[in-house]
Amino acid sequence: MTETLHNPVLPGPGQDTEKKLKATRDAYGEALLELGKKRSDIVALDADLSGSTKTCKFAKAFPDRFFNMGIAEQDMIGTAAGLALTGKVPFASTFAVFETGRAWDQIRLTVCYSNTNVKLVATHGGITVGEDGASHQALEDIALMRALPNMNVIVPADAAETTSVINAIADYKGPVYVRLGRAKIPYVMPDDYKFTLGKAFVFHIGKDANIIAAGIMVDIAKKAAEILSKEGIDTGVINMSTIKPLDEETVLSAAGSSGFIVTAEEHSIIGGLGGAVCELLSERCPVRVKRVGMKDIFGCSGSPDELLKYHGITVENLIKEVKTSLKK
Amino acid sequence: MSVIAKGKTRDIRELKNIAGNVRINILHMLTKAGSGHTGGSLSAVDVAVAIYFSKMAFDPKNPLWEKRDRFIMSKGHAAPLIYAIMAEAGYFPKETIETLRKIESPLQGHPCCRTLPGIEVSTGSLGQGLSVANGMALGLKLDDNPARVYCIMGDGEIQEGQIWEAAMTAAHYKIDNICGVVDNNGLQIDGPVEKVMGIEPIHDKWASFGWHVIDIDGHNMEEILAALNESESVKGKPSVIIANTTKGKGVSFFENKVEYHGVAPSQEEFEKAVKEINND
Repeated sequence: MTETLHNPVLPGPGQDTEKKLKATRDAYGEALLELGKKRSDIVALDADLSGSTKTCKFAKAFPDRFFNMGIAEQDMIGTAAGLALTGKVPFASTFAVFETGRAWDQIRLTVCYSNTNVKLVATHGGITVGEDGASHQALEDIALMRALPNMNVIVPADAAETTSVINAIADYKGPVYVRLGRAKIPYVMPDDYKFTLGKAFVFHIGKDANIIAAGIMVDIAKKAAEILSKEGIDTGVINMSTIKPLDEETVLSAAGSSGFIVTAEEHSIIGGLGGAVCELLSERCPVRVKRVGMKDIFGCSGSPDELLKYHGITVENLIKEVKTSLKK
Repeated sequence: MSVIAKGKTRDIRELKNIAGNVRINILHMLTKAGSGHTGGSLSAVDVAVAIYFSKMAFDPKNPLWEKRDRFIMSKGHAAPLIYAIMAEAGYFPKETIETLRKIESPLQGHPCCRTLPGIEVSTGSLGQGLSVANGMALGLKLDDNPARVYCIMGDGEIQEGQIWEAAMTAAHYKIDNICGVVDNNGLQIDGPVEKVMGIEPIHDKWASFGWHVIDIDGHNMEEILAALNESESVKGKPSVIIANTTKGKGVSFFENKVEYHGVAPSQEEFEKAVKEINND
């Protein structure tokens, strides 16, 4: 199976190819291992997917602090809550679709309502899961997690941001959901960037258009904005890696600057980043919002690149959406 | 020190007196609230009283004391039972029980750990307590903390698949600092458990999942204490007590009445019930 996104996410000719590609899940595995070395209160749980989520690295180094729960996501979440209640900082991982869907009520009751210090770090979010198909492609996970009081929702844009996120949430007390991906993706964030919970990263605020993106869409949005700006359309890009709590000031200032917003996410356009932005703007700064993402449909099997094209989650489509919205 | 030491009360007569007070407190708060779960609160009284007042170490003035033994009411609808015990133990003034189910009360309809210190985890959606108990037990073991974790489940509750996931986990990780209790009162909302969704053979199910299983009369204090002692002595595997109980136990006109699963007593019923309990 293809684990690398080639087009359009892979750097094209003339672009910076010095940095290697890396999957956010790989960065997670390494960051968790490093955290484990530094802190004895870090524990990890997995539901028989530790080789894929990369918690296997932690498991190998700290077998006493790793709990493979078997294929039992609901029990994994409850156990994680119990560990948190004895002062441990549990990282519970599996695929995003199972973590958030199969165990939603457990997350609601024993993590969010009980406000336990559980870190839910799920991999294989979005359609770039690829060939495994719709059953394994989480397109509703952000919506599911965002609706829960006390929950924080984070979608890192690259491997380096993932490392920064994992370190930050280990120090934060309370429930956190982090959505990671399967495919290798380019680095998009500046070298000196450090993640802060609830703070968006602004590459640029555009006068004509602004794209608010998360996850793999940040790279796609940057490429689209570059082309648009060359054509004279000043297009901004914001990495909204914390989807909850939303960085409201940054969204409002972008909306105020360009008068319309395009959101871009590898998720359903219902309930995710696009939904969050619309909820805020409709109350505080009513402007047109175009949501680019999965249009209330399930995914299907195919290579990650094919699937992104098939569903219009591409640089070309983002450019088209910006231009169409400008004409209105 | 306000710590209530483990084994504080060993006297059977005293435990029975506490159980009587707890039953009256349960009925009192349910009558005041006008709604809530009577039958399943009364059935588990004797086991819960024995656990709290004979087996557990805890400090009502410092509910998060790290050496405390832990108690999880996985069948969260028996909230009145845990509140009555906590009132009896001195976690909060007795009059607080009159606020049950009222707006802004720490005594929520189902136990909430954020509003009431001493509740270890919020419950109410069934089938989840045993997993949390396992997590606590594992965490305690990591810290070489000798505290034990008690978890009361309903018989209807073990229809939930997560219970059996957790049952596998406890055996797999040899969690022997946990003691599960199944309050086997035979009734659930829609009728007799065996009619709604049969769970028998309960003993064999738990045994085949790798648990040490102890069957008792869940209203016989001697048997309860012996079972709790036995569970403590079992090493290398988890223990579960199948407490065979009567729903609504202690009040003749509530006993074995499925309609009192989720109905509170009237004032008249309350007064009649208190007389019965006091004469027992």
